[in-house]
Amino acid sequence: MRYVEEFRDSARVKALANAIGRVVTRPWRIMEVCGGQTHSIVKYGLDQLLPEGLELIHGPGCPVCVTPTEKIDAAVWVSQQPNVIFCSFGDMLRVPGSSEDLLTTKARGADIRMVHSPLDAVAIARENPEREVVFFAVGFETTAPANAMAAYAARRQALTNFSMIIAHVLVPPAILAILQAEGNRVQGFLAAGHVCSIMGTSEYQLIAATHRVPIVVTGFEPVDIMQGILMCVRQLEVGTFALENQYARVVRPEGNGPARALVAEVFEIVGSDWRGLGELAVSGLALRDAYLSYDAELRFPRPCSVTSIPSACQAGAVLTGQIKPPQCSAFAKACTPEHPLGAPMVSTEGACAAYYHYRRRSIDGVVPVPEFAVS
Amino acid sequence: MCLAVPGRVMNVVGDDPLERFGQVAFGGVVRRVNFAYVPDVAPGDYVIVHVGFAISRLDQEAADYALGLITELEQANSERFSADGPAGLPPPGEGWT
Repeated sequence: MRYVEEFRDSARVKALANAIGRVVTRPWRIMEVCGGQTHSIVKYGLDQLLPEGLELIHGPGCPVCVTPTEKIDAAVWVSQQPNVIFCSFGDMLRVPGSSEDLLTTKARGADIRMVHSPLDAVAIARENPEREVVFFAVGFETTAPANAMAAYAARRQALTNFSMIIAHVLVPPAILAILQAEGNRVQGFLAAGHVCSIMGTSEYQLIAATHRVPIVVTGFEPVDIMQGILMCVRQLEVGTFALENQYARVVRPEGNGPARALVAEVFEIVGSDWRGLGELAVSGLALRDAYLSYDAELRFPRPCSVTSIPSACQAGAVLTGQIKPPQCSAFAKACTPEHPLGAPMVSTEGACAAYYHYRRRSIDGVVPVPEFAVS
Repeated sequence: MCLAVPGRVMNVVGDDPLERFGQVAFGGVVRRVNFAYVPDVAPGDYVIVHVGFAISRLDQEAADYALGLITELEQANSERFSADGPAGLPPPGEGWT
């Protein structure tokens, strides 16, 4: 498939690995922000192609992983209300809440349906006027335009039986929280390519200049990630801290204007609670006044309840890059994808899931040969 | 939710820009995709698709440029390896990694 195969080519990956090896003269620590990038790195063994001392730190760019337990509990509760059809992306169904996850709730009889697009949920509302349809709107800036369109379409179609639970977060506040944390070890960033295709690059230019860290907007295929790493270490070695764009075939500096316009029409920026990072100001989205009738948490007010999180779960430390998943005592023991303690083990973009699926043999002592091993 | 894949636009339907859609081919799989956020899209274009929406058009020139930079690296690599290296430079010796 075009635009895919060329960026998975092993000869190109090897050439980039060699170039990185020649450039690096001392230890560096680079964070890849997006969970999709983490998966590519772990799956293709890219970290094992890097010279000794060049460490990749996995960032919090997995919206499923940073959704606080309270939101899962709200989703579980709403899905159990009379007459509700609850729609969600597949990933959210097995994230554990305080007492259960959505898949268990579904098994116990709730009408919970997996959708691939927010517009599928709007269609379900249109086709089932006698039911209450609720959509679990989760994501970073990449998904906000799609979720905004769902609210906009519902309003345009004058639907009265559609609402959304909003769990939307923004990337730059998370990067700032990591840079400002005591003991921060991150010296450069690979920024999330698809987030930037919507938002453009100006926010990251500001962060790079203000905090004096190189930031390279990077794609998701092995060649993209290795090229992003090369661009980042070249800057680190000479001491520059500019914003660069490795993913120019998808990302324009101005981003996607029509997408941002609709997001601004439907949503406003608010403070938000993040699993692992705590409460961050101006870090999330909420529906504007004109769209408040589509807010499911207002439509279905939930009685107060206690949130509980398993004490063995170290999702917070994993999401901020303080530990790698195998360093968590519950990893692959009490916590597996079938019985997760937290979100990173469940999500397709979660770091714990990546290590569980692709690195378990190396943790057991058998080191798998990465697909692109340099011979 | 950064997961998004490139696909080829097969057709574009609709007059209302916010409701414009079409079929996009991802290898052998064809899916209906909303084109509200790629207003200039035309059949034959490649787009990046995320949860049923095209969020960007792929720029072939930029892709070629990025790959061209890597070709330069590969060429520089093979020059380092050849016995008659670039004029003035010794062939790679012991200790090279």
